Amino acid sequence: MTDDKRPDEQVQAAGPTAVDNPDAVDAPDGVDSPNGTGPAGDPPPLVTPPADTVPGEVVLRLTDVVKTFPGVRALDGVQLEVRAGEVHCLLGQNGAGKSTLIKILSGAHQPDSGQVEWLGEAVSFGNPQAAMKAGIATIYQELDLVEDLSVGENAFLGHEPKQFGFVRRGYMARRTREILARLGHPEIPPRRMVRTLPSAGKQIVSMARALSHEARLIIMDEPSAVLAHDEVGNLFRIIRELTAQGIAVIYISHRMEEIREIGDRVTVLKDGRTTAANLPARTTPTRDLVSRMTGRTIEYVFPDRPADAPAGDELLQVRQLAREGEFADVSLSVHAGEIVGIAGLVGSGRSELLETIFGARRASSGTVSMAGRQVRPGSVGAAVRAGMGMAPEERKSQALLLGEPVYRNVTLATFTRWARLGFTDAGRERAEANEVADRLELRPRDVRRPVRTLSGGNQQKVVVGRWLLGDTKLLLLDEPTRGVDVGARAELYQVIRALAARGVGVLLVSSEVPEVLGLADRVLVMREGRVVHEAPAGELDEDTVLDLVMAGSLMEGAPA
Amino acid sequence: MTERTETAAPAAAAPPADRPTPVSPAPAGAPAHKGAGAPGNGNGRWSGDAGESFRRNLGLVGVLVVLIIIGIITRPDLYGDMNWVGDNIMSILTLASVVGVVTVGMTFVIIGGGIDLSVGAIVALAGVWSTTVATQSYGAGGMIFTAIVVAVCVGLVNGFLISYGRLVPFIATLAMLVAARGLAAEISDKQTQVSNNATINGIASNDILGIPVLVYILAGVVAAGWVLLNRTTFGRRTVAVGGNPEAARLAGINVRRHSMLLYALSGLCCGIAAIMLTAQANSAQAAMANLYELDAIAAAIIGGTLLSGGRGTIVGSLLGVIIFATITNLFAINGLSTEAQNMVKGGIIVAAVLVQQFRFKSLTQLLARNKLSSTN
Ligand SMILES: Nc1ncnc2c1ncn2[C@@H]1O[C@H](COP(=O)(O)OP(=O)(O)OP(=O)(O)O)[C@@H](O)[C@H]1O
Ligand SMILES: [Mg+2]
Repeated sequence: MTDDKRPDEQVQAAGPTAVDNPDAVDAPDGVDSPNGTGPAGDPPPLVTPPADTVPGEVVLRLTDVVKTFPGVRALDGVQLEVRAGEVHCLLGQNGAGKSTLIKILSGAHQPDSGQVEWLGEAVSFGNPQAAMKAGIATIYQELDLVEDLSVGENAFLGHEPKQFGFVRRGYMARRTREILARLGHPEIPPRRMVRTLPSAGKQIVSMARALSHEARLIIMDEPSAVLAHDEVGNLFRIIRELTAQGIAVIYISHRMEEIREIGDRVTVLKDGRTTAANLPARTTPTRDLVSRMTGRTIEYVFPDRPADAPAGDELLQVRQLAREGEFADVSLSVHAGEIVGIAGLVGSGRSELLETIFGARRASSGTVSMAGRQVRPGSVGAAVRAGMGMAPEERKSQALLLGEPVYRNVTLATFTRWARLGFTDAGRERAEANEVADRLELRPRDVRRPVRTLSGGNQQKVVVGRWLLGDTKLLLLDEPTRGVDVGARAELYQVIRALAARGVGVLLVSSEVPEVLGLADRVLVMREGRVVHEAPAGELDEDTVLDLVMAGSLMEGAPA
Repeated sequence: MTERTETAAPAAAAPPADRPTPVSPAPAGAPAHKGAGAPGNGNGRWSGDAGESFRRNLGLVGVLVVLIIIGIITRPDLYGDMNWVGDNIMSILTLASVVGVVTVGMTFVIIGGGIDLSVGAIVALAGVWSTTVATQSYGAGGMIFTAIVVAVCVGLVNGFLISYGRLVPFIATLAMLVAARGLAAEISDKQTQVSNNATINGIASNDILGIPVLVYILAGVVAAGWVLLNRTTFGRRTVAVGGNPEAARLAGINVRRHSMLLYALSGLCCGIAAIMLTAQANSAQAAMANLYELDAIAAAIIGGTLLSGGRGTIVGSLLGVIIFATITNLFAINGLSTEAQNMVKGGIIVAAVLVQQFRFKSLTQLLARNKLSSTN
């Protein structure tokens, strides 16, 4: 379908700044011979602004890669060129095909057509082992650790150091310790069971796994989504070390600041196609990047706070809540119509606090009341009946039924309300789910698809969307925008603000300080399990919050 | 699980009439299935996992057809006689009826993330308890009531141990298997207890319109099971609890109570099966329903129920049971030994699982390729 259409589409997609120099591309390295690989009708090559040419040689080149899933063309002709020693960023909306692309590079999927050239040779990785052997290591968007193995066993999974057929456990632990130290986390014990780590710790382990290979290309699919601010700094330091050794990095993130900071070049995907390639990461205006991703320009702004301070009644009252080893002596309140943000590092006890308020964990002391009435502790059912809803931190393990259709996931907490005499009302459920899907711009829009087939960001929308239904009075949001793209994020902020305007109270946990400051009315800062500061959001700035938040290690908050 | 399987469901398990059928009006401006800004995506309707289980069930029907063809080839003489064919179909269904009822309960338990090894033992205990002299003195009603109450109670105990006592389902129900058979032997004093109740015995010997009562019971239980799984909040909770217990819990579902109820439901099915089996044998004894747990689990798995929970269909389980009954029948009409038959059954279980794993992977890839070439 594409052969005759593609050229002009690209011209159109490439936009004014990009087409300036269409001929400059293949000149520098000469390896590129589009006539040999491209389809008949040979599209004009995409842009490589010559000013920003990265010195390293091309290690990876993708030409016209296509990947189809039943009912979806996830990749529809992708071009990508990665050079040694560069950080190549992939940008694109939720569902644009970024994760699918990297799964092809890592051997988890096979392309339907198109060419993958690795170190100058056409390759097709039949499985992840093949890709790892060839020197491509991947950190997936969704954690893929074996929970019941140790940190070290996970890091070396599939390529354990062996001698006479036995795993060299001591050596493996030592190597793991080295890698973890290099990652800035010497405190994680290599023999610790992965299950017992908090999710940021798990992210470190999957990073350790990537480093345990002698990789020439490391792919990172939204690694920062689960990391706190200081962790991201750490990650960047490691990335710089890697690239200094000539290792190439493909970096996916929805956060523009990160791309500016760490990226060298950017390739933009939209609906499975490359709409712009090899743009300079630091100098390309955000407006251009966003318009290539979305086809429109989106202002990345927070909705205005209502001028008059929220005067709603007190909705949630938490008194001296504590949970041994996690947090202590937390008192807070949320009024109807108010958004309260909690800032803090991963491991500061934020998620645990939220789960305890919601009854998913049992407090060791203290009380939780809704509208003046105490909520039975340790019972999610009681919390839900009292009007609470929570979007948990880990969507895959805590929130989704992956094989079930989207609409059933959206209505998981509410389907009983529309049921009559115990019989569910699928029509009503689909209609309600459709409405949520519209509000959150779910893509693809078909609510009958299994959630498993949605991209990460769209899965996240399902998790948050669940509590937009029913008569939720208090919304507990744990990292609600994790992995959600720029456009949908703005959308989500609007939705949250609109809910508050309707009198819903919101308690928001986010690792992104600007998000907390921009969205919340009032901010609590947590450190090491305690609330150390409380102020209206307008009186705080990012630096102040970061100062308050800092210090504290990742291992806190994990059950010993 | 959804519309597609509905057509394949036997006995037209129609939802009650008060269920509002039409899709409630979507909010104004609700777009069609294609996302407005997704030109590259969404060609073709998404059939999803429902389509997958539909295809799987079709595959099972295919297996059934093959078995029947083998029957025709090996015994053309019998298959020439239409009367015999009719009778044979009824005897296959009758053979499937008792295990079929147990399998419906088992399917729920497995979808809910558990396993029930004690079903055979519960059938035996309920059968024995309902045929004691004392119970029989209360007549057919008393016997049925006793069988069902005993079986549900044992199921509740299983469920309680697993949900609140935090025992692993495998261990808890294995212990119950031993204990319930022990109790059955104790009650019956290891004797065969003859049922003197004509109504009970009649369940197995009577026909209505040429179809045995046992087959009606199977149809009723299957239909009820289908409605329960696909159309009720109970069924939805079952899938949620089995598919992701943590997600279910955080959505406000009482996971423990629900898994306890699942074992009680399995018990209920065992109670019904106990009456059916007692009627067939005109007696009950502690060794009855031997290894039913294996038959039921095997049938459910062949039918596409995921052992890890969260997915499965009643129709698939029914087809699984009927396939096993047809194999048994095939061996019987050819005069072959039960030993050979068990070996073949074992092989079929392995083959079915392998074929399913392999076929669905390659099938989706094939579909993807076709779609691609047709759009190019
Ligand atoms: N296994 C699958 N089966 C069917 N469709 C799939 C499957 N995996 C991905 N898709 C679809 O392919 C498209 C691209 O998904 P992908 O995960 O690559 O997006 P993404 O760019 O990584 O998005 P995000 O930023 O949200 O992570 C989406 O429309 C998604 O629904
Ligand atoms: Mg992704």
